Amino acid sequence: MAKELWKGNEAIAEAAIKAGCKFFFGYPITPQNEIPEYFSKRLPEVSGCFLQAESEIAAINMVYGAAGAGSRVMTSSSSPGISLKQEGITYIACAELPAVIVNMMRGGPGLGNIAPSQADYYQATRGGGNGDYRTVVLAPATIQEATDLVQEAFDIADMYRIPVVVLADGMIGQMMEAIEWRTPKKRELPKKTWATDGTKLQRQHNIVNSLFIDAGDCTVQNQKLAKKYEAIVQNEIKYSITGEEDPEVVFVAYGTMSRVARAACMRLNEQGIKASLFRPITLWPFPTEQLKAEAVKPNVKAVITVELSMGQMVDDVKIAVEGAKKVSFVGTGGGIIPTPQEIEEAAKKILGR
Amino acid sequence: MTHEIIISGFGGQGVMAIGKTIAEAGMKEGMDVSWLPSYGPEMRGGTANCSVVLSNEPIITPLVQNPTELIAMNKPSLVKFEPAVVSGGLILVNSSIIEIKAERTDVRTAYVPCIDIADELGNLKVANMVMLGAYIEATKVVAFDMIHEMLSHIFTGPKAALVGLNIEALKRGAACIK
Repeated sequence: MAKELWKGNEAIAEAAIKAGCKFFFGYPITPQNEIPEYFSKRLPEVSGCFLQAESEIAAINMVYGAAGAGSRVMTSSSSPGISLKQEGITYIACAELPAVIVNMMRGGPGLGNIAPSQADYYQATRGGGNGDYRTVVLAPATIQEATDLVQEAFDIADMYRIPVVVLADGMIGQMMEAIEWRTPKKRELPKKTWATDGTKLQRQHNIVNSLFIDAGDCTVQNQKLAKKYEAIVQNEIKYSITGEEDPEVVFVAYGTMSRVARAACMRLNEQGIKASLFRPITLWPFPTEQLKAEAVKPNVKAVITVELSMGQMVDDVKIAVEGAKKVSFVGTGGGIIPTPQEIEEAAKKILGR
Repeated sequence: MTHEIIISGFGGQGVMAIGKTIAEAGMKEGMDVSWLPSYGPEMRGGTANCSVVLSNEPIITPLVQNPTELIAMNKPSLVKFEPAVVSGGLILVNSSIIEIKAERTDVRTAYVPCIDIADELGNLKVANMVMLGAYIEATKVVAFDMIHEMLSHIFTGPKAALVGLNIEALKRGAACIK
């Protein structure tokens, strides 16, 4: 198929529609506004419904409702807006409903700014809402990957009845790249027999709920969720490794930052310093074992995490490496993107070169 | 060959459109392309810019630090980005409103009075197309025929008459390059 030039935000919305998303509920915030704008044009054409809610909290609860009725549904926002949605996300997670949530991260904390950021890593991977729950977190680095992952996000959500977060940043939302429309690998998805879509007098009422007032019932629900999360860890990890096969330094970076880290990696390789880039594509489940295997290679002297934050994923990197190698952090929060040269120089300093 | 281009000017001068046209033409010619706008508050009236990368290799990062080519549509853009251009690079200056010259001697420079030319053509909106014509002539990064073909897809129906005007604008821009 011929390549097409697409802006990240619009490509993400079109990918959702191609995946059968029929409902979008959201509230405006830069740098993701092209997502709702695009849905508002396109969803009526596919007999879907776009609705700009009165607030982010209303929007996520509309997602809860549509997901409960068994529809493919999405919301999107950017950092402060995603904070407001956390209550709804934990309810959706507990009620075991499939939904896709896009976070085009911007500078924070607080109202911050509209520059690219990766400072919502903790919030996305630890669960910004209350209780023991997880969301699958997918982190695209290109527009092509964003369109592929958004489509797959709906399948993962349906497969496990879980909210899936697509975590990108303002740069991926605003930039244009050439893409090809591809469809994700076919999965056998379970029928939504639990959906509150009308009994038609053929069955008992389905109940979608996140209230388990009896401690015993709530414990059973927690254990059920934990078992599901274990299956996701087993089946859904995605990552990529590029660069030298026998590295002296391993960079770990995701999304936008992984592209700059890759440029730094190539600069080092040109100078004879062997470097590789380990890029988690799923941030949860985190590719723990796979990263460890890369880090413990005999010649690795340094593992360097590069992030557009003050250092969040670095915790997961340390957990993965288990003290086998020194783990360092390079990066900053607030919206300034480090240059390949800055990363290269930081790496040389860490290596003592 | 990799072209890393910064196109910069006032909001409303069509800098984003120049970038998109170059990116799309590059893609149609089989190159890997990226287009990254500045999307800050400056979009509302201040200086806006976009970075475009065209390459025969896969593009690693869409961020452009040191452009191989700079298209400066206003004076603040020339002042801001001139020092970053790579040695041996190209600077195109909108000389209709930029009264100063580029100071660098290690780069190629061309002065394109694109607003004056657009005025002569009877439509100020094509000033960016005049500049695009100059850029393509100076770099040969994409074929003029490709742009012509794209224009006939962009301007259809009642707007079809604009194809000729835009092609004329491209030609007049190209003629500014010696």
